[in-house]
Amino acid sequence: MYLKHVLPLAGAATLASFAAHAETITVATVNNNDMIIMQGLTDEFEKAHPDIDLEWVVLEENVLRQRLTTDIATDGGQFDVMTVGTYEVPIWAQQDWLVELDDLPESYNEQDLLKPVRDGLSQDGSLYALPFYGESSMMYYRTDLFEKAGIEMPEQPSWDQVQDWASQIHDPDNDVYGICLRGKPGWGENMAFVSTLVNTFGGRWFDEDWQPEINSPEWKEAVGFYVDLMNDYGPPGATSNGFNENQALFSSGKCGMWVDATSAAGGLYNPDESQVADKLGFAPAPIAETPKGANWLWSWTLAIPTSSDSKDAAKTFITWATSQEYIELVGETEGWTSVPPGTRESTYENPKYQEAAPFADFVLNAIQTADPTDSTLKPSPYIGVQTVNIPEFQAVGTQVGQMIGAALAGQQSVDAALDQAQRSVERTMRQAGYYD
Amino acid sequence: MRERTSGRTVGGFRNLFLQGPAVTLLLLWMLVPLGMTLWFSFQRYNLINPMISGFAGWDNYTYLLTDPALWTAMGNTLLLVGWVLAISVIGGTLLAVLFQQEFFGRGIARLLVIAPFFVMPTVGALVWKNMLMHPVNGVFAWLSNLLGLPVIDWFSSMPLASIIIIVAWQWMPFALLILLTAIQSLDDDQVEAARMDGAGPLAIFWFITLPHLKRAISVVIMIEMIFLLTIFAEIFVTTSGGPGLASTNLAYFIYIRALLDFDVGGASAGGVIAIILANIVAIFLIRTVAKNLET
Repeated sequence: MYLKHVLPLAGAATLASFAAHAETITVATVNNNDMIIMQGLTDEFEKAHPDIDLEWVVLEENVLRQRLTTDIATDGGQFDVMTVGTYEVPIWAQQDWLVELDDLPESYNEQDLLKPVRDGLSQDGSLYALPFYGESSMMYYRTDLFEKAGIEMPEQPSWDQVQDWASQIHDPDNDVYGICLRGKPGWGENMAFVSTLVNTFGGRWFDEDWQPEINSPEWKEAVGFYVDLMNDYGPPGATSNGFNENQALFSSGKCGMWVDATSAAGGLYNPDESQVADKLGFAPAPIAETPKGANWLWSWTLAIPTSSDSKDAAKTFITWATSQEYIELVGETEGWTSVPPGTRESTYENPKYQEAAPFADFVLNAIQTADPTDSTLKPSPYIGVQTVNIPEFQAVGTQVGQMIGAALAGQQSVDAALDQAQRSVERTMRQAGYYD
Repeated sequence: MRERTSGRTVGGFRNLFLQGPAVTLLLLWMLVPLGMTLWFSFQRYNLINPMISGFAGWDNYTYLLTDPALWTAMGNTLLLVGWVLAISVIGGTLLAVLFQQEFFGRGIARLLVIAPFFVMPTVGALVWKNMLMHPVNGVFAWLSNLLGLPVIDWFSSMPLASIIIIVAWQWMPFALLILLTAIQSLDDDQVEAARMDGAGPLAIFWFITLPHLKRAISVVIMIEMIFLLTIFAEIFVTTSGGPGLASTNLAYFIYIRALLDFDVGGASAGGVIAIILANIVAIFLIRTVAKNLET
């Protein structure tokens, strides 16, 4: 009985899908809030483009990166649209793994994209990926705690001041820690933050001959400062805190200060998600020796792999998902604090966004001051603020991140950890053929 | 060709034909992946940098064997296996003796004590990480606060020990299960006779129960060792091999090479070294176990 009903139904469904002639494209993306919203708007897209069906593969960041890298490097062709970061785009473009996006429709308004973001995604003047959302880093703090301690936030805080303030508001007996920072090892986790700290202390990853400088005095000073700061005024278990963990700590009122991605601002400012929404202060990322490279630059972008069979349909989708209309659609349906930030000037000119998001100016300023081509005090051979845009950086960043995690946990002294990191980076670079 | 009473022939060409397909399939199943691993281990093959390719000679092996991280990982692997085996065998034996006694609710108690083995490793590790060992929300932190002791941040101050505790918690029930069944086959008359001769409970345990369990213990050691060499999920979920390399074992080391560095060549070389290591262990084990099983 049951089968009799099911079979015709299945047959009808197959017929229907043939009749529609819809092209299915597979979109691989990361499980961040903004992408979940994009997935939720699938119907809107399919209504406007009845000839294209969307299929989603939503994964956690590390897993996504593994799947995409193995797929694209082995020419697997599983995905038509890939969500990649600013680190991958120039490297993959050089390998001819990504489709060049030089014939975008007039209505897309390419010039509206923020310049540092657009530059990061271009190779020889043409775009290889379209930015979905962009971010820099900034400082969040609790205005109530600062008021109680009588601290006035200057226009540009310095790390020395931050240390001083942390000592004043640190109150572990009441579950409030002076400052929360990333401690979880990984090139995209603790190293994103530590790299900017090293930049502003005047250090760099490599000298002009690609010799690593991980155990230079600047690195030792910066990492030593970070470890002391976290041990004195940080939350316990900091070595397992990444972006998400710190966001949870800060929004539940357990941190006095937090320096991290600008993309957290929307959530922290939303009273449904955060207990500190009404006592939230913003400031630029603190600086030490130099303002250069004190805040990072990152964007999540949509790109089309050359192995895709549906390049045109994929292009239709990515221009839709990164367009001005999409941002307005999200603003109208989800609320203006939920729109993907950091990609278009028009978003920041929009009065509705300005009204809903008081942090907009900070974010825009932070993104515009980050310059991947000039992020270190001494000259460096590489491009990138918190990353080094070479294929080996994933391995290098992972190794150094592990060692700094060990120093933070007190397993090793800062000097020993950095010396060991230096040796292991030298090995990796030699193996990759940068020098003998 | 001998003929059995049943009329079936043993050996000869016909058998070869019948067994051939199955044996070939099994060989392919085993040899193809092994061959590919060997092949890749001699290639310069990094997924994110296809510019560098070609035959690498012994390069992957030299870089690997001169990498201090490999030796740290090997040391950690041995420590992990050794400690978990010691804890689970000693604890398992004692618990098996305990759970053999008659007491009220024995059936339910046995079920509960075996339960950890049926929890998926990832889930078990998550429970330990977030509910027991967490320095802020964990039960252990709450307990030490209650007693006025300093809170231990388990995964950063004693990472390998924490992993050993979690893995031992998972594998002790397995040892218990095997040893309990072995104890149940112990002849009651023998124990009774010993008791009548004036042997105390300790003497009975030492001279009767333990020799009786010898076989079962060697089986436990063999099976557990095979699985413990490849522990991964617990490390991945809790410490990610860190801080530094403090809890990186060989399996996790290879994972870092293959899926974080995307260095297929180096990871394959690591895989080959792991296979060699596992085989050395297996040879020793099978010899000792075989000796125990003969009697």
